Amino acid sequence: MTEKSFISIEAIARRYPAAGGGRTTIFEDLWLPIRRGEFVCMIGHSGCGKTTVLNILAGLEAPSEGVVIVDGTAIEGPSLDRAVIFQSHALLPWRSVLGNVAFAVKSRWPEKDRAWIEAQARRFIELVGLAGSECKRPAELSGGMKQRVGIARALSIEPKILLMDEPFSALDALTRGTLQDEARRICQEAGQTTFMITHDVDEAMYLADRIVLMTNGPGARVAEIVENPLPRERSRTDLHRHPSYYPLRNHLIDFLVTRSRTFRDAPPAGYDPRHPPLVRPGATPGLVAGAQPAPAPAGLARAQGA
Amino acid sequence: MARSLTLRASVLSAAILATLLAAWHLATGGSGPVADMDPEYAKLMGQTAVQGTSAMPGPLEVGATLWRHLSDPFYIRGTNDMGIGIQLAHSVARVAAGYLLAVLVAIPAGFLIGMSPLMSRALDPFIQVMKPISPLAWMPLALYTIKDSGLSAIFVIFICSLWPMLINTAFGVASVRREWLNVARTLEVGPLRRAFAVILPAAAPTILTGMRISIGIAWLVIVAAEMLVGGTGIGYFVWNEWNNLSITNVIIAILVIGVVGMVLDQILARVARLVTFPE
Ligand SMILES: Nc1ncnc2c1ncn2[C@@H]1O[C@H](COP(=O)(O)OP(=O)(O)OP(=O)(O)O)[C@@H](O)[C@H]1O
Ligand SMILES: [Mg+2]
Repeated sequence: MTEKSFISIEAIARRYPAAGGGRTTIFEDLWLPIRRGEFVCMIGHSGCGKTTVLNILAGLEAPSEGVVIVDGTAIEGPSLDRAVIFQSHALLPWRSVLGNVAFAVKSRWPEKDRAWIEAQARRFIELVGLAGSECKRPAELSGGMKQRVGIARALSIEPKILLMDEPFSALDALTRGTLQDEARRICQEAGQTTFMITHDVDEAMYLADRIVLMTNGPGARVAEIVENPLPRERSRTDLHRHPSYYPLRNHLIDFLVTRSRTFRDAPPAGYDPRHPPLVRPGATPGLVAGAQPAPAPAGLARAQGA
Repeated sequence: MARSLTLRASVLSAAILATLLAAWHLATGGSGPVADMDPEYAKLMGQTAVQGTSAMPGPLEVGATLWRHLSDPFYIRGTNDMGIGIQLAHSVARVAAGYLLAVLVAIPAGFLIGMSPLMSRALDPFIQVMKPISPLAWMPLALYTIKDSGLSAIFVIFICSLWPMLINTAFGVASVRREWLNVARTLEVGPLRRAFAVILPAAAPTILTGMRISIGIAWLVIVAAEMLVGGTGIGYFVWNEWNNLSITNVIIAILVIGVVGMVLDQILARVARLVTFPE
């Protein structure tokens, strides 16, 4: 499994010095492979270390233990191959929309001339539907527009991997829906490898190919990896008519409500953090492509029985 | 609404000014000959006191003298008799020289301190001790080492402008939002480009606040410094006119110092507005 994965998170841990001496472990022994072109969402309760995992993937933080291997080499710092969409959009307020995107483009291709950089920036501003607002400052934009600029900035450098930290959580439902549609379209068209953190079960179900469930912290682990049983061609409006919709949704919510808490202290028999169980709610276990021989059905049965 | 507020404020300002001028005029109007004055004291106080009009000039007299000064500000009739414009030019030139020197030192040094927690810790005790020293306390030392009164005044301006700029630059640089730095890091922006394209614009409003405080202090200090070193400048002018017992000229100098200080402050306020960004 490790061999064919594009990103491989291997046994990473993050520990901080605790107040009374000693160390608190935010998460440990975290293993996660991500395939090329895959859209992976991570769900877990607040404080379990999702942002920390994303920062480690981005190279902004180093893990206390373990490594992350991308395309055969271990991550040693930030890279233009991995673009980050920050939760707080992190636009430079003194630059215009075009200036913000062009800043990224120029970082990626410092040797290109001004006209080329501007053209590339405009192309991505248009892609996120902001054509006409190029000269506005971030302060003149709505929350959704700012997040779009953040997306355009991340995509404009044509990264191999897109990392998103709850990019839509601060937006109203309507804007969130539109941006999810666009993110989905863009990532799918480009075959973009994407890792995204979210609190929102529906968002994960709509966007992800696989959903990673984290247990509560401290000492969080990957509890299981859920294969999204919904068809790859999905539309927001009739998602809920799919027979797997409610099994999947119930499974995720059940995990967040109870199992994220109980899992850490009493993991199911045979749980191996190196190969977290692969689950496909709503489908017969035998049909899971590339599934590990894992106690998935047990967890599933509990989820659906609840 | 806003316009009417401005209008009403201007009217009120004008009324306050008129009241003050009228009070001034009445207060200095004179009260008739003073009979029971000690002759020695009368001699000291001069003719005006003896005749009962106040030694304090009234607004009309000040206005007339001001007009004379303004209509010929740049004459030179000897070392002790130069136009007020010439004196101001000397002061402004000294302030500009000392201040620009301080900018050249404080901003790079502030960058260094702001970016490096080590330097910040190491230099903090020095800054804390140096900052509260009255700049004029440096004057004897400056005169002794530099041996030139003009340069010593510039040095004093340099020293007093340095600290607010240094501290504000360091603070502005150290408190650049982490997310902006992370953006630069994920884009693999080099150190120079990060300094000029991210940190400098982000810290610019704070730096400008420091520069504005500095120019205010520099203008306060130059008057005192020139009183000490003498020779030229608006501070020397004040002292010289006090020795000539020309209260009128002293009052005019006070007004002019205020106006120039305001202009300097407004120039920096304009620049600050240029670099401020709304969030
Ligand atoms: N510098 C630090 N020192 C000690 N503990 C820290 C430090 N930084 C983060 N933590 C802890 O690490 C844990 C994980 O933080 P992280 O931001 O990754 O959580 P998260 O899962 O992203 O939460 P949320 O969903 O609220 O964003 C938190 O419990 C936090 O208290
Ligand atoms: Mg987070």
